[in-house]
Amino acid sequence: MNEHGNRHTTTRQGGTAVAAKPLKRKKVFTETMLSVRDLHVSFKTFGGEVQALRGVSFDLYKGETLAIVGESGCGKSVTANTIMGLLPHPAGKVKNGSVIFKGRDLTKLDKAGMRKVQGVDISMIFQDPMTALNPTLQVGEQLTEGLRTHQKVSKADAKKKAIELLNVVGIPNPEERLKQYPHQFSGGMRQRIVIAIALICEPELLIADEPTTALDVTIQAQILELFEEIQERTGVSIILITHDLGVVAKIADRIAVMYAGKVIEIGEKREVFYDPQHPYTQGLLASVPRLDLKEEELKPIEGTPPDLFAPPIGCPFTARCPFAMEVCDKVHPPTTELTITHAVDCWLQDDRAKNVFG
Amino acid sequence: MVNHQQNVNVPDEWFKPKGADLDQAESVVRPSLSYWKDAWRRLRKNKLAMGGLIFLVLLTLFAVFAPILSPHNIETTQYANQNQPPSATHWFGTDEKGWDVFTRTWYGARVSLFVGVAAALIDFFIGIIYGGISGYKGGRTDSLMMRVIEILYGLPHLLVVILLMVIMGASLTTIIIALTITGWVGMARIVRGQVLQIKNYEFVTASKSFGAKTPRIIRKNLLPNTMGPIIVQMTLTVPSAIFAEAFLSFLGLGIAAPFASWGVMANDALPVILSGHWWRLFFPAFFISMTMFAFNVLGDGMQDALDPKLRG
Amino acid sequence: MAVYIVKRFAMMIATIFIIATLTFFLMHAIPGSPFDEERTSNPTIQANLEKFYKLDQPVIVQYGHYLKSVATFDFGPSIKKPNETVNSLLKRGFPISAELGLITILVAVLSGITLGTFAALRHNGIIDYMAMAFAVVGISVPNFVLATLLIQQLAVNWQILPPATWSSPMHMILPTLALATGPTAIIARLTRSSMLEVLTQDYMKMARAKGLSPARIVLRHALRNALMPVVTIMGTMLAGILTGTFVIEKIFAIPGMGKYFVDSINNRDYPVIMGTTVFYSAFLVFMLFLVDIVYGFLDPRIKLHKKEGDA
Repeated sequence: MNEHGNRHTTTRQGGTAVAAKPLKRKKVFTETMLSVRDLHVSFKTFGGEVQALRGVSFDLYKGETLAIVGESGCGKSVTANTIMGLLPHPAGKVKNGSVIFKGRDLTKLDKAGMRKVQGVDISMIFQDPMTALNPTLQVGEQLTEGLRTHQKVSKADAKKKAIELLNVVGIPNPEERLKQYPHQFSGGMRQRIVIAIALICEPELLIADEPTTALDVTIQAQILELFEEIQERTGVSIILITHDLGVVAKIADRIAVMYAGKVIEIGEKREVFYDPQHPYTQGLLASVPRLDLKEEELKPIEGTPPDLFAPPIGCPFTARCPFAMEVCDKVHPPTTELTITHAVDCWLQDDRAKNVFG
Repeated sequence: MVNHQQNVNVPDEWFKPKGADLDQAESVVRPSLSYWKDAWRRLRKNKLAMGGLIFLVLLTLFAVFAPILSPHNIETTQYANQNQPPSATHWFGTDEKGWDVFTRTWYGARVSLFVGVAAALIDFFIGIIYGGISGYKGGRTDSLMMRVIEILYGLPHLLVVILLMVIMGASLTTIIIALTITGWVGMARIVRGQVLQIKNYEFVTASKSFGAKTPRIIRKNLLPNTMGPIIVQMTLTVPSAIFAEAFLSFLGLGIAAPFASWGVMANDALPVILSGHWWRLFFPAFFISMTMFAFNVLGDGMQDALDPKLRG
Repeated sequence: MAVYIVKRFAMMIATIFIIATLTFFLMHAIPGSPFDEERTSNPTIQANLEKFYKLDQPVIVQYGHYLKSVATFDFGPSIKKPNETVNSLLKRGFPISAELGLITILVAVLSGITLGTFAALRHNGIIDYMAMAFAVVGISVPNFVLATLLIQQLAVNWQILPPATWSSPMHMILPTLALATGPTAIIARLTRSSMLEVLTQDYMKMARAKGLSPARIVLRHALRNALMPVVTIMGTMLAGILTGTFVIEKIFAIPGMGKYFVDSINNRDYPVIMGTTVFYSAFLVFMLFLVDIVYGFLDPRIKLHKKEGDA
C-alpha cells in the first residue's frame, strides 16, 4: 500500500519497532466522541506570548486509547488542559479552533458550563500522585466530593460508591482507608485513588497526563493493567499523554506524535511503530532503549525544539532533521494522508522530494 | 494508493538537501549572567525597592550633614522660639523648649539608623558564629545548640528588652545591647540552615570528584545563594530595630534630651497634640514610617531579586 | 500526638522557668537592692517586700522562695502604690487588656485572611495591588503613630468617635483599629503568599478538574492549606499585639494591664515590672504552646514529621 514510505524507514533507520507485546485482536472504533480542530493556544508570559498550540487537530473514537507522545514542551499537556478547561487564567488563551465533545464546543462554554463537564463527562488523571491529592483532607472526602457536587447523592450512597470503586482500583480495606489522609498511602496506592476519583462520576473520557511517570517500574505495569481493565469494564475513551513509548506500546490503540505545538504524525499504533513517516517519529523510536540493541546503537535526537516565542514559519523540526531541505525552512509541510488512519506533516511526502535523498 | 501531494506554491528548486543545522537548534539558550549582576538587574527593575533605596541614601546623607549645617542650637533652651509652627526659619516648627524640630529630626535619624544598622550587624556576627558552629559541628553539639535556640525563640522579645532596659538604664548602648541579646536568634537559625546546605553541597561535589573546581563552585554559585537569605534577614532586621527603639522611647525608655530619637520626639509630642501642635508629632512619625517602609520594600525587593528559585 | 504534646509542654515549662530565673537575677543585678528604702515610699511596703523576698536570707534561698511564689502566681506587693499587689493590678487590668487583645485578634485574623485571599485570587489585579499597598503601609506605620493620627482626625477634627477610654463599643473602635492594622497587614501578606503557592499545587488543579464550585475550591481545598503558615505565626503575632496594648492603652487612657505596666516602668515600680513580665511571658508561652497543638490537629502530617522539625 505504501511501499514508498516503507522504503524510507528501512533504509534510514533499520528496524524501528519497539519491543512490544503481541498486538491484541484489533478493536474497531467508529463513533467519534471528541473532535479537536485547528486548536491554537497561547500563553502570555513576561517574555512575550508563547504559542503553545499551533493548529492541533485530531479525533477520538468511543472506547479507544489515543496516546499523545512528544518531548516535554511540545504541547501535549496544554492539549489536555485545553480540552479539560484548565488553562491558567488569564495567561492561557484559546486563540482559534474548537474542541467538539458530544456536539458542543467546549472552548465556547463559560466557567459554569465547563464545570458541568469537568469530572462528569471528562476526567483527568495527573502525573504525580504525591502532589495530586490534598494533604489535609481525608481520602474519602476527596473521592466523593465530585459525585456529591454533580449528582444528588446521599452521603451514605456516595460512601458506598467510593468503597465499590476502591475495590475496583485494588485498594484493600476500603472502608477504613476512606478515613485516612494521603500521606498514609504509598505512591502506587495514591495513583489508584486518583484514578478512582476520576472514575467516580462514570465519565466517558479519561485524560491521563503522564499517569505512570512518577511511579516505580513495577507499579507502572500494574497501573497500566488497571487502565485496560477499566476500559474493558466501562468502555471509557482514554487520552494518554506520555513521553514513554513503552507505555504507549502497551495500551495505546492510536498514536499522535506532537512536536512544537503541532501534531506531526498520527496513526494506528501498528502504523506509527512499524511504519513511521516523519523523521522526528523515526528519531523518537530510535532513541528508545531496547534489549536487542547495544547501547551505542541508541540514537538520541540531537538539538532542542524551537523557541515557541517565535516559532519557525516552516517545519519546526527542520533544524534537527537529517533530511531537511530548503523548502522545509520556508513553508510548513501540508498534511499527507497515507491511509484512512495514518497522516503525516512532512515535505518528504512530496513527489519532488523522492529523488533528493536517493 | 497514496495521494502524494504536489504543492503548487512551492518551487521545485527548494527541494534540495539543507543538512541538519544543530548550531541553530542549540542557539536558543539564555545568556548566563553572574548571580549578583542578575540580582541587581532584577532589583533595579523593582521601582518600589529602588525608591526605598534612594530614600535611604538621602536619609543617610541628611542624617550625616543636616545637623552640622543647621544654624539652630538644640543644646540650650530657646524659650523665645517656643512652639512655633513650620516657617521659613524653622522648617518643621519648634517644640516647647524652642528647639528646631527640623534639626532634631536629623539627630533622630542618626539615632534610628545607628540603632537599626548596629543591631543588624551585631545580630549578623553573633548569628554567623552561633549558627556557623551549630551547623558545622553537627551531631550532638548542633542539637543542643538548637534546643537553646528553640527555648530562646519562645521568649517574648520586647518584654525581655523592656526588662533589660529598665535594669540597665536607657541609653543608645543599652538599647542596642538589649535588642541584640534577643535578636540574634533568628539570624543564627538562618545561618545554620545555610551552613548545612553548604556542607551538603561539599559532600555531593566531593563524592562526584569535581576536584579543583569545587572552591570555584562554592564561590561562584553557592556563596551567593546562601548569602541571599542572610542579607534579606539583615535588611528586615533594621526596620524592626528602628520600630523597637521608637516603641521603647514611647514607653519612656528612650535616650535623654537634647539628643532625641524619633520615638522620643513622638512621645514628647503626645501631650501637646490636642493643642494643635501637629508638627511635633507629624515629622518624627512621618520619618519613622517612611524609613520602615523603605527598608521593608527594599527587603522584599531583595528577597525577590536574590531568590534563585524564582530565577527563570 | 500525645508524645508531641508532652514534649511541647516540657518546653513550655522550661521557657517559663528561664524567664522567671532571668527576671529574678536581673533584678538582683541592679546595684544595691531595687527595694532599698530610698526607692520605696512607705515603710509598711518596705517591710512587706522584705518579708516577701526574704531579703535577709542568702540569694539562693530567696530564689527558691521566689520560684515557689511564681509557681503559685503570687507576685508580691507594689512599691509605689500602697495597698496594691501585682495580683490585684492584674485582676483589675488584665480582663480589659484581654478584651482589647481578643477583639484585635479577631479583627486582624478575619480581615487579614480575607484581604490576603482576595489578593491572591486576583493576583496582579487591582485588588492585589491595593491590598499589598495597604499591607506594606500597615507594617511600616508604628501603632502609636497610627493611634495618634486616628485620634487627631476622627476624634478631634471630625469628632466622629470618642478619643479615649474603654467604656462602650464606640470607644473600642479607635484603639482596636490602631492596634489591629499592623497584624492585619502581616496576616494579609502571609495569607497571600502562601495562598499563591497553594494555588499552583497539583491538588488545586485536580479540584478544578473535578468541576467543584469555586467557593468549595477556595474554602475547602485552598484556604485550609494556605492558613497553615498563618497559624504558625499566631504566637509571635500575639506577642506583638500584647506589647502593642502597652502603647495603645497609654495613648487612649485605657485602664488595662498595659497602662499599669507602662506606669510601673516610668516610676520604676520593680515588683510590678517583674511580676507583669513573668505573668505576660508565661501567658505568651502558653499561647505558643496552644498554637502548636492546634497546628498539630490541623495538619494531619505533623504526626509523622514532628521529629524532622529542626531545619
